[in-house]
Amino acid sequence: MESVLPAIQGFMYPNEMELQWGVLVVLYPFITGLVAGAFILASLERVFNVDAIKPTYRLALLTALAFLLVAPLPLQLHLGHPERSLEMYLTPHTVSAMAMFGFVYLWYLMVVLVLEVWLDYRKEIVLMWRESRGPKRWLYGAMALWSDNISPASLALDDRIGRALTVIGIPSAFLLHGYVGFIFGSVKANPWWSTPLMPIVFLFSAIVSGIAAVMLVYMVTAWWRERRFDMECLDTVARYLFYAFVVDFSLEMLDLIHRIYEADESFRALDFMVHTSLYTSQVILQILVGTVVPLSMLGLVQLVRMGEKTRRRIYGTAGLLTLIGIFAMRWNVVIGGQLFSKSFLGYTVYKMEWATREGLLPAILLLILPFVILAVLIKLLPPWGSQRHGA
Amino acid sequence: MNPDRRSFLLGTGKLLVLSTAASVAWEAIVAGRPETATNYTMTDHWWAMVVDIESCIGCGICLRACKEENDVPRMPQYFRTWVERYRVNPSDLEHPVVDSPNGGYDGFPGKGDPDPDAKHFFVPKLCNHCADSPCVQVCPVGATFVSPDGVVLVDKTYCLGCRYCVQACPYGCRFIDPRTSTVDKCTLCYHRITKGLTTACCETCPTGARQLGDLKNKKDPIHQFLLGHHVLVLKPQMATGAKVYYNGLDGSVR
Repeated sequence: MESVLPAIQGFMYPNEMELQWGVLVVLYPFITGLVAGAFILASLERVFNVDAIKPTYRLALLTALAFLLVAPLPLQLHLGHPERSLEMYLTPHTVSAMAMFGFVYLWYLMVVLVLEVWLDYRKEIVLMWRESRGPKRWLYGAMALWSDNISPASLALDDRIGRALTVIGIPSAFLLHGYVGFIFGSVKANPWWSTPLMPIVFLFSAIVSGIAAVMLVYMVTAWWRERRFDMECLDTVARYLFYAFVVDFSLEMLDLIHRIYEADESFRALDFMVHTSLYTSQVILQILVGTVVPLSMLGLVQLVRMGEKTRRRIYGTAGLLTLIGIFAMRWNVVIGGQLFSKSFLGYTVYKMEWATREGLLPAILLLILPFVILAVLIKLLPPWGSQRHGA
Repeated sequence: MNPDRRSFLLGTGKLLVLSTAASVAWEAIVAGRPETATNYTMTDHWWAMVVDIESCIGCGICLRACKEENDVPRMPQYFRTWVERYRVNPSDLEHPVVDSPNGGYDGFPGKGDPDPDAKHFFVPKLCNHCADSPCVQVCPVGATFVSPDGVVLVDKTYCLGCRYCVQACPYGCRFIDPRTSTVDKCTLCYHRITKGLTTACCETCPTGARQLGDLKNKKDPIHQFLLGHHVLVLKPQMATGAKVYYNGLDGSVR
């Protein structure tokens, strides 16, 4: 802490010098955004019958599940008293936006994702239960809840419930991430956060990041398994990524233009911050590298006829840059919102620690963990082909 | 559906519902009945404070007394109350020069004003004990609350340390106590005022710049003061129902 003191510029209220929310809290909206986005991509196929993206359907569901399992961990690590977090379920303060996290999370995890994955895979689980031996047999038996009824009638019922769940799942995904935006957008004390646009901007950036993530996961897994890329699928996914990105970018620019034009009491302080301590992460990483470049690349594919190899390269690069851009956006919201004084008279700095509880190392591990979980899920529940989808 | 799954689900459901109820009941039993204070009825009071800017000399005794009385960490980023020095040039009212070295703990010693044309004054700050506290609103478990006598308090045995309330306070009055990893803030010396004493900062102020007041007590001199002076609260646009009233507050103060 002492090291931050000389870095203070101007005047901060004394209690403000220390940042309250660090890189772990940046991870939280980033990860839940990926969940919501991946689910919405999956629902495109299921509810809106976009057949071309079938190969990504199960992959998107498993990706969403893997990330959702990790989503509460950064928050848990960040709490001063993690052992008390259960109180949010037992004695929630009903007017607190944060108190609803547990319920929104559980609803989404159990009712939407786990149930939908289970229904979609139930037939394969039962078949694997029948075929396997030893502990694996026990595992699949438990996953099937020891019910081996896979008659056509029961599978048809599964499918009907699954479709209904996806229909419920879409507003739930909107709720999950719109709600994360509300946590920031409803803080009237902080002009960098306080805007009713925040939940909508969060939602669309979530869709963008989720689609980009699933696209990359699809490309990597196809390459790993040495399979041909389904280019029709990739083209369609990339097209939806482009559409969502256009909406997301428009909303973010609307917010920016509105702030500049309105120029309220906080404007000068925020403007200074964007031109100094947030310049690299906001202007360079978020807007230029993470938005304008991938958006132009994806737009170019829509306009100009290109070979398969070029398109693949463009999708890979654009997907990666998109994820960097969305991560930078989360960073700029969470960290940027704490770099200026609520007196608008000064600025502090964020010194990220390394191997501490809230440092960079746990953040990196928490970003790797969903991929480990995804690998396990893919091993347990291979997403390549199902009865419902054909090969 | 085979019957054993049905009974399994029923059993699990019952276990979950019953164990949740039991744990809540057990917690209530363990917590016991709250201690009742003698001769103090919370609903008879509604606490506030007046701060007279003209009288504050920036000596810092108030915050030294506060840190001593309430065992506030001595580091320069943890304060329940602090004093800011404003220097405002009349030709540039929107850009005051403000400082608060170590929160004003050692006063503001030394050199005169580098800008001879500027007016300067001190602004003591503390929790505004807002009636519509944004910090209370956001607490996910209700660990921070407005007491029936109008004081914003924290139950440290219940605080998760999520820091949402620190973000929600427009005045920067909250911090995380590194010793307990829970939030800490001004309690308006609740342990004193419920015994008929005033706060440590009001008690020690040599010029009487801070006065504790009870808005429900018609005989309290705070009523006369508020009647006879033009007072303001900090950041009135935040609509928090702040109850620290400043006399002679300059428009440049944030």
